Amino acid sequence: MLQLNQIYKVFNEGTPDEKVAINHINLHMAPGDFVTVIGSNGAGKSTVMSVISGKLSPDLGSVNIDGKNLTEMSEHKRSSFIGRVFQDPMAGTAPSMTIEENLAIAYSRVKNRGFGLGVNRKRRDFFKEKLESLHLGLENRLQAKVGLLSGGERQALSLLMATFTEPKILLLDEHTAALDPSRAELVTQLTKEIVSQYGLTTLMVTHNMQQALELGNRLIMMDKGQIIFEADQEAKQELTVEKLLNEFQRIRGEKMNNDRAVLI
Amino acid sequence: MPIAIFGSLEAGALYALMALGVYLSFRILDFPDLTVDGSFVTGGAVAAIMIVNGFNPFIATIAAIIAGFLAGCFTGLLHTKGKINALLSGILMMIALYSINLRIMGKSNISMLSEETVITKLTEFWKGLKIDDAIQGGLSAIGISGFVPKTWAILFLMVILAFIVKAGMDWFLKTELGLALRATGDNETMVRSFSVDTDFYKIFGLGLSNALVAFSGALVAQYNGFSDVGMGIGMIVIGLASVIIGEAIFGAKNIIRATAAVIGGAILYRIIVTMALRVEFLETGDMKLITALIVICALVLPKVIDRQKEKQRKRKRLKAMKQAESEGRGQNLAAVKSDL
Repeated sequence: MLQLNQIYKVFNEGTPDEKVAINHINLHMAPGDFVTVIGSNGAGKSTVMSVISGKLSPDLGSVNIDGKNLTEMSEHKRSSFIGRVFQDPMAGTAPSMTIEENLAIAYSRVKNRGFGLGVNRKRRDFFKEKLESLHLGLENRLQAKVGLLSGGERQALSLLMATFTEPKILLLDEHTAALDPSRAELVTQLTKEIVSQYGLTTLMVTHNMQQALELGNRLIMMDKGQIIFEADQEAKQELTVEKLLNEFQRIRGEKMNNDRAVLI
Repeated sequence: MPIAIFGSLEAGALYALMALGVYLSFRILDFPDLTVDGSFVTGGAVAAIMIVNGFNPFIATIAAIIAGFLAGCFTGLLHTKGKINALLSGILMMIALYSINLRIMGKSNISMLSEETVITKLTEFWKGLKIDDAIQGGLSAIGISGFVPKTWAILFLMVILAFIVKAGMDWFLKTELGLALRATGDNETMVRSFSVDTDFYKIFGLGLSNALVAFSGALVAQYNGFSDVGMGIGMIVIGLASVIIGEAIFGAKNIIRATAAVIGGAILYRIIVTMALRVEFLETGDMKLITALIVICALVLPKVIDRQKEKQRKRKRLKAMKQAESEGRGQNLAAVKSDL
């Protein structure tokens, strides 16, 4: 489904601030794979996401989805089949527009936008039905502006908007990191449900090791722009937070320097 | 005095189209677009030169709208493809248009006083309806006879036109295209992740906005009977003033309300200026100063009022607390809490 071949990306090349963000990464995901990505700050996780989504263009290497090379395809064209949820709850929704209008924008992603009404009765029923699956009561607040929702509600809505058109690839970029523990748990559960319901091929970046172990069927650990550890389905079931930390220490010969990662 | 107010109502209705255009760029796209100062004149210039050269005034007006659309698209191109800052791309387009407008007209002022214009045609059409006589009869019947405008045609037809454009805009902003346009101004990261080409929507949105501005410019030129290369100076501020006054007074809860408020704001702005100019020591040259003052007031006053209300609320609460304390705690405090 998704193939990253020899992706290489360097920032500020030729200056004292030069930083190799991704150093020849290869990643192959089969349809339905749910890969969680962990790693400390600056490991290149988010850069990988940006390269897949088309926000950044790699200096070397290629991105293939469904056997098609999209390395040069623009971000907005790609996004008709790549769903994204961002870390910032503000980023995934349009705050001054209503819930149903936001859903309508997401709904139109797979088609050409025209002069038809964004929200008609048929769609409204469809949106209601989808919102009910979130169990947040949002189905009764279709006309409410999204800016009035709490961070958790927004993030759940973003998740729904990113997934209900069944994209080929779903990218989750620390989408629970800005939420309080109980809300984060809720969104994590929703993620689990939705991904398995549609069988989405998913790549999720997280700082929360527990979450990385709980979700998905594969796990990769990144450091300094490289994938330093990979666990497939079987290996992943055996993993614990303790083992992961030890693994990091063994490979890098140093302690994982991320407070958040260690604490959780 | 009533005649002056009547004139300001007419002008307000004409400028309402421009204000709707500014609303589209400033509020919907969140793009402070200074192109307006230029594209307003472009509308007037294109209409004037075509009318003087014998074209049908309606066709001339449509050509003016298209010219405005192109001007707006160009600003959008500078901003999106040229990566030029929003304000700067508007300013660049504005001064470029000044020369272009001079080229279009060939001189700095074109008179259309002896020409057939949209305004004269509409007035004739209106005369055929005999509504003026009916209104005049009605007015004198209730004892108002001193105040007799030549015709009600422009006021009525232009207000109707403004509301037709408003209705079209309300509808458009609810279509799939319109939703994408609004979201482009609201959250660019988000819409791009839903396969919206934000560059295209910005260019297109600025085009629409300036099409409306040029439409207004074409009508104003025909209403005044001349097109002048300097008639667009400060137009963006007038547009902003209309939007801000309208929203402050009539509210902007949703799009339908906001667009109506913008039309109201445009008319109100004209009335305020007319009234202000009647003050003894003010001159016509003070108009821009008055405009600036109006905008400042419209921006600052609501905040001052809000702050006063907030203070009052706090004082009230403090008083209630003290009262509750002096009367003994318990149920009184609870009562106060439930009041809140």
